[in-house]
Amino acid sequence: MSTERTVKISLQDVRKSFGARHVLNGINLDIKPSEVIAFIGSSGSGKSTLLRCINLLETIDDGAILLDGIDISEPGLNPDPYRRRIGMVFQNFNLFPHMTVLENIALAPRKVLGQSKKEADDHARELIDRLGLSDRADGYPDQLSGGQQQRVAIARSLAMNPEVMLLDEITSALDPELVGEVLDVVRELKSNGMTMLLATHEMGFAREISDRVCFLHQGQVLECAPPAEFFSQPQHERTQQFLQRVTDAGRL
Amino acid sequence: MSQPGVTRRQAFERRQKRRSVLIALTSTVIVIGLVVALVPQTPGWYKVKRSFFNGEVFNDTFSKLLSAFVKDIQIFLWCAPCILIWGMTLAVCRSVRTPALFPLRLFATAYTDIFRGIPVILTILLVGFGIPGLGLSRPWNSPYLWGSVALVLAYSSYVAEVFRAGIESVHESQRAGARSLGLSSGQTLQFVILPQAVRRVIPPLMNDFVSLQKDVALISLIGPIEILRQAGIDKSKYANFTPYVGAAIIFLLLTIPETRFVDHLMTRERRRTSGTAVR
Repeated sequence: MSTERTVKISLQDVRKSFGARHVLNGINLDIKPSEVIAFIGSSGSGKSTLLRCINLLETIDDGAILLDGIDISEPGLNPDPYRRRIGMVFQNFNLFPHMTVLENIALAPRKVLGQSKKEADDHARELIDRLGLSDRADGYPDQLSGGQQQRVAIARSLAMNPEVMLLDEITSALDPELVGEVLDVVRELKSNGMTMLLATHEMGFAREISDRVCFLHQGQVLECAPPAEFFSQPQHERTQQFLQRVTDAGRL
Repeated sequence: MSQPGVTRRQAFERRQKRRSVLIALTSTVIVIGLVVALVPQTPGWYKVKRSFFNGEVFNDTFSKLLSAFVKDIQIFLWCAPCILIWGMTLAVCRSVRTPALFPLRLFATAYTDIFRGIPVILTILLVGFGIPGLGLSRPWNSPYLWGSVALVLAYSSYVAEVFRAGIESVHESQRAGARSLGLSSGQTLQFVILPQAVRRVIPPLMNDFVSLQKDVALISLIGPIEILRQAGIDKSKYANFTPYVGAAIIFLLLTIPETRFVDHLMTRERRRTSGTAVR
């Protein structure tokens, strides 16, 4: 690219309701290339829905989502070409249980990008090695620990060479001792300059890895600030209450 | 207190097991004993024995029944793949969400409603007598052909429902996982949803095919000489019902192992998905 883009993803007044329930109430946010944004907030604040909307798994009711300046939320647009560029990792992994680890990772590159079996398998093995799963390549998801499954899910997403990664509470379903191995992978992604949006309950991790922490409350971004600032001087009363509750629960 | 090497639980379970075997054995012996002792006391037993369990007639007719049964197996063998393919097509049509393909969904829904609602025997009579009635020439008026078509029409509606249940049992998160990677909805169905759905419905599907094996005999109503028809002919010839008993035995020789096999598959599936069995 000749001119450095300053905005990778732009959320403009994004609104989404499920029936009478307004889940997203006008989200505005610009995300720069290689920026890591952590969304925090209580359950039901709209974190997951926002990520699913950016991945076009949910349609938005109003507003716009721009990827490199292109409105990908336009009604009627074929979402597939854009989904390829945006990887998503889910809380419950969503691995394909009838395929081996290798097959899980190589499926999309073969079917979507049209890579040959050898090409896709080679790339998949590289990713498997990189994420420390070399001995599990031919195992099935059910034979793996939660942490290993989540690393496979990340590898599956990375196999499409995405420009942006959306991580939806990827450690919430894991035993505490398995969280670390998954977070290590996210750290590595950051050091490689991946643009990432993550919804998380891991405050310590949000503080460590993100460039900005955004607090979501009732479908709105109440506050967005670099972590040092966000955690030491929260501006908004709701943010203060939330952080207080988290501190009381011993999660910070 | 307990024997060496045997836990309290193991000793208890051993005792339990011995006791239940004993009870089962005793009650079985009593029931069978009563049947054997009492049935011959009935006034009509001698006549029933002569006309249903006649050894001579059995010997004379059994081999002919067996060779007629080959026909049943043949009909089964060419119907089964057609049913699988057509049933799967219907199930996929019913699962399509694109509005443009709504007519297809409507058709599949109406089809399954109609053919599941009509007794198989009626479908066979209507198709088997109705279509050749159009004045078609050989081989297009063959009762084998239209009897088989009727079976395929009826059974594919059952099988379609089994497949559809399988498709719907695959969790929505699988679709989300596949679509998030950029797979199209068709690719998602082909590579992610259907392989899982088919695996889950194999045992119930086998049940339907055991039923099909028996219902092939209904084709006899429109003419072909398969086992039931052959038994009917022999019945008239010998003025004796023993050929029907012979036919029943031949069916059982095939369907009992089939059913046991399905049971085995189902138990295995249950154990695999739920871990342990609860008593």
